[in-house]
Amino acid sequence: MSWANLLRAAVCGLMLALVLRPEWFEPMFAPFAPEGAAIIYDRASLLSLSLSHLVIVAAASVAAVFVALLLAILVTRPSGKAFLPLSRTIANMGQTFPPVAVLALAVPMLGFGSGPTLVALFLYGILPIFENTMTGLSTLPPATMEAARGIGLSRRQRLFQVELPLALPLILTGIRLSVVIAIGTATIGSTVAARTLGEVIIAGLLTNNTAYVLQGGLIVGLFAVLIYDALTQLETFFQKRLGLAH
Amino acid sequence: MIEIDNITKIYEGRPAVDAVSMTIESATITAIVGTSGSGKSTLLRMINRLVEPTSGEVRINGEPTTGMAKNALRRRIGYAIQGHGLFPHHTVARNIGAVPRLLGWDKAKIQDRVDELLDLFSMPPEEFRSRYPAELSGGQQQRVGVARALASRPDLLLMDEPFGALDPIIRTRAQADLHRIQRTLGSTILLVTHDMEEAIQLGDQVAVMDQGRLVQHGTPAEIISNPATDFVAEMVGGVDRPLRLLSLLPISDILEDGAAEGEPIDEKTNLREALSACLWSGRDSVPVERNGALIGHVTLKAIRSRAEGSHELG
Ligand SMILES: Nc1ncnc2c1ncn2[C@@H]1O[C@H](COP(=O)(O)OP(=O)(O)OP(=O)(O)O)[C@@H](O)[C@H]1O
Ligand SMILES: [Mg+2]
Repeated sequence: MSWANLLRAAVCGLMLALVLRPEWFEPMFAPFAPEGAAIIYDRASLLSLSLSHLVIVAAASVAAVFVALLLAILVTRPSGKAFLPLSRTIANMGQTFPPVAVLALAVPMLGFGSGPTLVALFLYGILPIFENTMTGLSTLPPATMEAARGIGLSRRQRLFQVELPLALPLILTGIRLSVVIAIGTATIGSTVAARTLGEVIIAGLLTNNTAYVLQGGLIVGLFAVLIYDALTQLETFFQKRLGLAH
Repeated sequence: MIEIDNITKIYEGRPAVDAVSMTIESATITAIVGTSGSGKSTLLRMINRLVEPTSGEVRINGEPTTGMAKNALRRRIGYAIQGHGLFPHHTVARNIGAVPRLLGWDKAKIQDRVDELLDLFSMPPEEFRSRYPAELSGGQQQRVGVARALASRPDLLLMDEPFGALDPIIRTRAQADLHRIQRTLGSTILLVTHDMEEAIQLGDQVAVMDQGRLVQHGTPAEIISNPATDFVAEMVGGVDRPLRLLSLLPISDILEDGAAEGEPIDEKTNLREALSACLWSGRDSVPVERNGALIGHVTLKAIRSRAEGSHELG
């Protein structure tokens, strides 16, 4: 096993232990908890909070990937070129809006719970994927595209058999950025009662219990690192395929 | 038969191809030559409708291409693109099998065809089949590009500088292969090149383009001996012209019985080789062999009179 894989296994193990056997870490977190307060978060199981956190991120990301891909494909077709600047502006505006503001605006419409968080993460997730997919689809090698037309592939076949596969590494980069942002941003959702690991962090902040803040933060951070790494490896795999990296 | 009828393409007010008409007989090779930017690729692309002409039309066996469905037309025509244009995410086998797959051939038949073509281009199938284009040399990529164009055995092949990236030795072999394939299958080939030597070697007909216009269209011998314009004369190259003419003439034309001294040359070569052998050895004649057996000789005198004769003919 290489050093990189050893490190990966270690980080993975640490994450699992933190989620499944938090009591093992009591001695480590004890100095950060106030006198007499609980050291390990016990108002809900960390496992169920983690799963709920990941499910919310996954649901929002899947929706974002779907919408972003669709938009990027539309604006790179000859008939959609006119909408390119407009869709870019909208996606950029979405990004400049602070996530807390999105939550605040969504609560009156969707009520407390996971709804507003899903909306915020979804809106935030679109831009990086949209930008990258658009770049990928508009910078394809011209000779390959001419060959695709020249051998008689239909528009649809060109899109699915040539354009999207060739843009895949860039699309994956967009998805990676988007998912990692979502993992972090999801913690804010707990302010409007979404069940995420943010709950642990917020409880810690409210009761001055730094041990809680560390626990929550550490798990969220490890999730982000592991997912970032997994998606990076996937990208490298496809890039190698295309002869772009070795 | 392909009829190109008064075809014009205007880009930004300037003609890239200017009122070109020419008829291409079936089962022949036509080499289109010209300098960079003379409109060769544009002319070729208008045949499979990758570029729509501003005016004029192309007919294949009498049928105008504008009446055919674009993708069906393109699947029928083999197209080897300038700079290969392979699919970087597909293996060599999948690249070569692209058109047969579109045409719905079954898997085993596609695989056989892929191996056959790899063999033909001296790329051992077991070694190359499952490589990706990035794992090939420039010359190998180009050969795979040509193999892809040939895969479905199209009647009509459009080739845009197919041998540009090949070194001289492989280039000569690839040209010979193409010639052989064309003769056995009876395909019609339109081949773009900016190398007059290649056009003369490969073309049954040579079409010379200059600034979008077709300035001359004829047999290699006609082009060499009667260049229509100064531009054609320049392309043919004043100094080399007699030698180029000789390179078109087979040894059998002037083969005489009897032996001669020196290193024999092969019967399949041409009079230019024979002349060069005479000059190199300093002798007046050179022996000729067929499959390793001596069959006669040619003399310097005969080469000379044949050269003068063909000059007048042209
Ligand atoms: N899509 C296009 N838009 C505008 N101008 C074009 C386009 N395609 C070709 N041209 C112009 O048309 C002319 C002919 O181009 P073409 O590609 O047919 O030349 P070529 O003879 O194939 O040259 P080369 O030997 O360099 O490949 C050139 O001046 C080129 O700039
Ligand atoms: Mg060209």
